[in-house]
Amino acid sequence: MTAGKQQSQASAAQNQAQTGANRGPAAPVQLPGLLSNYDPGGSYCELLGLSGQVSESTKTILERINQMDEASLRARARDAELELYNFGITFTVYTEKDAIDRILPFDVIPRVIAQPDWRTLEYGVRQRVTAINKFLWDVYHDGNILKDGVVPRDLVLGNSNYRPEMEGMDVPQGTYVQINGTDLIRGHDGTFYVLEDNARTPSGVSYVVENRHLMLRTFPDLMESVPISPVSNYGQKLREALGETAPAGVDNPVVVLLSPGTYNSAYFEHIFLAREMGVPLVEGRDLVVEDDRVYMKTIRGLQRVDMIYRRINDDFLDPEVFNPNSMLGVAGLMRAYWKGNVGLANAVGTGIADDKAVYAYMPRIIQYYLGEDPAIQNVETHICREKEGLQYTLDNLDKLVVKPVGEAGGYGITVGPHASQEELDHCRGKLLADPANYISQPMIDLSVSPTLVDEGIEPRRVDLRPFAVTGKETWVLPGGLSRVALRRGSIIVNSSQGGGSKDTWVLE
Amino acid sequence: MSNLLARYAEAIFWLARYVERAENVARIIDVNETFSRDSRGGQNWSSVLQLFADDKRYREIYGTPTAEGVIQFYTLDQTNPSSIVSALKIARENARTLRPLISTEMWTQMNMFYNRLRAMSADEVQKPRLTRFCAFVKEGCNTHYGITEGTFYRDEGWYFYQLGRSLERADQTTRALDTKYHLLLPSVEDVGSPLDVSQWNALLRSVSGYHAFRRVHPSGMTPADVAGFMLFHQSFPRSVVCCVETVDEKLYELRSYYGLSGGADAMERLDELRNEMRYTRIGDVLKGGLHEYLDRLQTELIKVGQALGRDFFGYARADAAE
Repeated sequence: MTAGKQQSQASAAQNQAQTGANRGPAAPVQLPGLLSNYDPGGSYCELLGLSGQVSESTKTILERINQMDEASLRARARDAELELYNFGITFTVYTEKDAIDRILPFDVIPRVIAQPDWRTLEYGVRQRVTAINKFLWDVYHDGNILKDGVVPRDLVLGNSNYRPEMEGMDVPQGTYVQINGTDLIRGHDGTFYVLEDNARTPSGVSYVVENRHLMLRTFPDLMESVPISPVSNYGQKLREALGETAPAGVDNPVVVLLSPGTYNSAYFEHIFLAREMGVPLVEGRDLVVEDDRVYMKTIRGLQRVDMIYRRINDDFLDPEVFNPNSMLGVAGLMRAYWKGNVGLANAVGTGIADDKAVYAYMPRIIQYYLGEDPAIQNVETHICREKEGLQYTLDNLDKLVVKPVGEAGGYGITVGPHASQEELDHCRGKLLADPANYISQPMIDLSVSPTLVDEGIEPRRVDLRPFAVTGKETWVLPGGLSRVALRRGSIIVNSSQGGGSKDTWVLE
Repeated sequence: MSNLLARYAEAIFWLARYVERAENVARIIDVNETFSRDSRGGQNWSSVLQLFADDKRYREIYGTPTAEGVIQFYTLDQTNPSSIVSALKIARENARTLRPLISTEMWTQMNMFYNRLRAMSADEVQKPRLTRFCAFVKEGCNTHYGITEGTFYRDEGWYFYQLGRSLERADQTTRALDTKYHLLLPSVEDVGSPLDVSQWNALLRSVSGYHAFRRVHPSGMTPADVAGFMLFHQSFPRSVVCCVETVDEKLYELRSYYGLSGGADAMERLDELRNEMRYTRIGDVLKGGLHEYLDRLQTELIKVGQALGRDFFGYARADAAE
């Protein structure tokens, strides 16, 4: 009995999105214009829905896009991308010789989310983050969920991201995960699924805000009098949450953002967030621990630091405790953290909650702590560390997507239905050699969104990463990062694999 | 009270220095192209190499100095740390580090400026387009100063910018004067000859001082007058004394406005230097040897930079990064 099969019984939640009400393939747009040849080809379309019966706001957006001519749309798209490049809204790719600034390709046709859908997603994301924080508290304290056999003990304690250093430590507000990103996809009937959780150092939120600003500058006519939920207050919300989870008893906590430095590919995002919060952007070499307190080196000497939003993984955080060769962290940081002299966001050891194998148990984790069904379902998951899961995966390799549990960024994935016999054989070999390293899932027919590509306007697959910020309570940024697979037919949206992004509009 | 990190203060200081340095290289090359002709109409490009003490390294890579070689070496040669592209590359890297602090416009302009420069081909910098290229560099640097003046938040960081810029400028003026003086140390028969005047003329133009000099000295042009003007003239923005006074003032303001205890050592040196320069006459300098005097000035300026580094940037020893 795999976790995936069990959880499929507990999925008929009353508060689930009722998007599948109007069955039937989406009809192509019947208007002469830019979208006249657009055909979602049987997949769920984010703009047209299933039947093409769209809300009033969406209709307005649709008509405006339809009336644009392709040449001017392309010209504006070029301007937008040039602006991203000039503003340095880039990630940097380092070669031996040179540093190349690359932009995340930007698609000008927005992804639209209707209000009822958003209410479900917001609830579902909040629910998940709450459960994750309770789970982490439990695991690092009494371990009830393990004693009760809901989650296998060795799956958690034997996990490479489990940090014994965190046992018995009380984090303020019980918040381990101040910043969470939940990756969502949408199946062909319009149902949303959680694909994975990102509870360590999720990135991408800077693109959400910058994409919006870019659209406001380049497409004001498209947004005219369309009620869209704003996203610009993310920095303030984050700053608030960090204040709320700083060590108790500190008035006006000094908050800093700890970055690996200018050579990190997400450096732009670190700049963006530090500026939005109005806090110093520091590197490990700017910090020092004395008497178990953290200080930063300023022009007037050492100044106390109370709260660190760190964009460095656990392994590199403190050479005294973790990787001794790390040049990015601060020696003694864990001592200061343990004594409650400094706060960290996210806490150390949250990696056990977004592990791809633990993911399979998330519906039961939600049920265990909250007594609720998940508002957003998991994708059915087969855990190859379990005998049945492995057997099922091997028997259906050509139908399944096989993922290594420890990899991020879309690396190491085998997409069965798209794989050659040679690739399938290679995958089979890896599965048999190290089954515990893999999970498998059925291939979901990802929803599409009209996208401007070289061939014209075509459907391209999208996902969605909403960002949740948790201090005392959880707030979800309306919308999130919509990533789009720019290659025809591709289901891999990661920027490292040539994906792009779109502005995401939650209609009010 | 702001929490300006020592590392950021240092990056601001060097951002200003490197932009100033790039602008100076463009000035020198431009002027050399236009005015540095000998009596036969040829040009002496090796003088530029001596100015920056690059003669040896240049010959290793390029061989005998030619106009084309020297121009390439100082404009687009990324392997030459004294080239315009190298200076602006470091300036941009510092700006990139400083993005959390500087205005978006400052970063955007610096980024576009550098990207444009990096994309240039060798024929875009060679004669007859050299003057246009130098104008592009000077304009880019001056746009940077303008945007900085108009958008950079005025806290401690602003003062470190001013300190870096004025220190670099003082240093560049001493170097220009030193090499020209050596190079042009006129043989007796050359004094006052057209060649001589055209060379001093070029020197003044390289620091944008020709017309200012003319206002002060309406007739004639002697080496002593030019050297005196570049060293001691209070109102000329690139004179050494004017730059030193700016550094002195800015450091005083930084310390008093923000109640900083650091910088006392640099302050002391600057005050001394300022007093000493106020009462020095060019005649005395020439008697004692101009080169020796300029050497001492450069050493003093370096020591000021090191003292700032020790007090504010966390330099452990006297080893300011050059």
